[in-house]
Amino acid sequence: MSRIALTQSDVRMKDFRRSYVPILSTVAACLLALLPVIVSSPVIPDFAFLVLISWRLLRPELWTATTALPLGLFNDLVAGHPLGQSMALWTIAFLVFDLIEARIVYKDYWMDWAFAALMIVGYTFGDWYVGRLMGSQMAFSILLPQLLAGILVYPVVARFILALDRWRLSR
Amino acid sequence: MAPPSKRRPGFSRRAQYGLFLGYVVAVGGVLFAVLLLVVAIVDPGGFRALRGAALDVTSPVTATGRAVVRFFTDSGQNVGEYVMAARRNAELRQELKKSHQRLIEARAIEYENRRLKALLKLSNDVPDDIATARIVGSTFDSSRRLATLAAGASSGIRVGQPVRSAEGLIGRVVEAGRWASRVLLITDGASNVPVHLVRDGTPAMATGRGDGTIELKPLELGENPFKRGDIFVTSGTGGIYSPGVPVAMVIHVERDRTIGRPLADPSRIDFALVQQIFQPAANQPLSAAAPPAPPAPAAAVAAQ
Repeated sequence: MSRIALTQSDVRMKDFRRSYVPILSTVAACLLALLPVIVSSPVIPDFAFLVLISWRLLRPELWTATTALPLGLFNDLVAGHPLGQSMALWTIAFLVFDLIEARIVYKDYWMDWAFAALMIVGYTFGDWYVGRLMGSQMAFSILLPQLLAGILVYPVVARFILALDRWRLSR
Repeated sequence: MAPPSKRRPGFSRRAQYGLFLGYVVAVGGVLFAVLLLVVAIVDPGGFRALRGAALDVTSPVTATGRAVVRFFTDSGQNVGEYVMAARRNAELRQELKKSHQRLIEARAIEYENRRLKALLKLSNDVPDDIATARIVGSTFDSSRRLATLAAGASSGIRVGQPVRSAEGLIGRVVEAGRWASRVLLITDGASNVPVHLVRDGTPAMATGRGDGTIELKPLELGENPFKRGDIFVTSGTGGIYSPGVPVAMVIHVERDRTIGRPLADPSRIDFALVQQIFQPAANQPLSAAAPPAPPAPAAAVAAQ
């Protein structure tokens, strides 16, 4: 693609890309739940949440905490969680990020990873606790592989989101 | 130097109020979501229309993908068999599996017959199948174990009906859309299936553990009566699952804990059978499940 927008439609295309790539990539990550995979134990991390917190940590000014509400509703409907689970957990995660970022002086790669790890632990615990309230008698230890996988996969997802962000803002 | 405060967007009152309002909306949204969750916990069938519609919209995607996955798995398997020159081996194994299955069923039937002879007058109709459908997907990134079935209310599927395959019990329908439904697998932590041991009829409860295995709890206290390799079938207690459906095989016995593996592995099953609830009254609220009216037999006699 040429670096200079030649026509009006080029400009519109770039504007669209700039404003909607974050939302659309998160929606696409939610849709991963539709993959025709049948597994009997929880080992695969929740990519929708990883993509969401990657965008949030990379571009804190992009979304306000309210953005997590409709995205969470969409994830609940697609993934078959009880309605309200992702809505509540995702928005709480955003609010906690806001609280943290109002207090820290600087941020780097390792701190981002630490915050993400913290949030993944909280999110997995919330998911487990809601399941428990719904009558599931599963031990939390069974979720540990998924938890660990989520923390280890986060840098990969974050790197992918970074590439996506560079493409989004490229001229 | 002290860092500038990031909590205040500037001196503009308008921007400050806007930020504050954003937080008010977000916290209100969280409270609303928690309210929705409470509704979901108190009444798991709530928002049925909305959830059913979402299921209907998304399941064709999964179903198509499943066909592709199956094509590749199958073709991979075929190539593998030629490379290994083990077709005969596979055939024999399949035959063994079939006869193994028959054996389990025969044992279950034998026990059933003995019991029925003992309780001669008990009515024990095996319910009809409602629908045969493909299992197209399952949750894989949450703590719950739910599978998606490519048939819904339009094929007569209702919430609460048991789902089985030729190999054994799969689970129970928890959500029914128009063309798709969601099944709570027996390996989910919220699933409890009353079972008994095929050998001698020792009753037990099969509870999912969430990691693909099932814990088998004997109903009587005392020494653990189960051994490795024991097979459990549904007992029909509780009225949801019809008796005699294979459920699990014991793979691991500890002092007071018995872990089993489900006999029907949802990832290998192509088709699942949805059945009627064994005793339909079991799915009614207690007030509706009143004892049958006594004049009914008299009316039947009068009709003859």
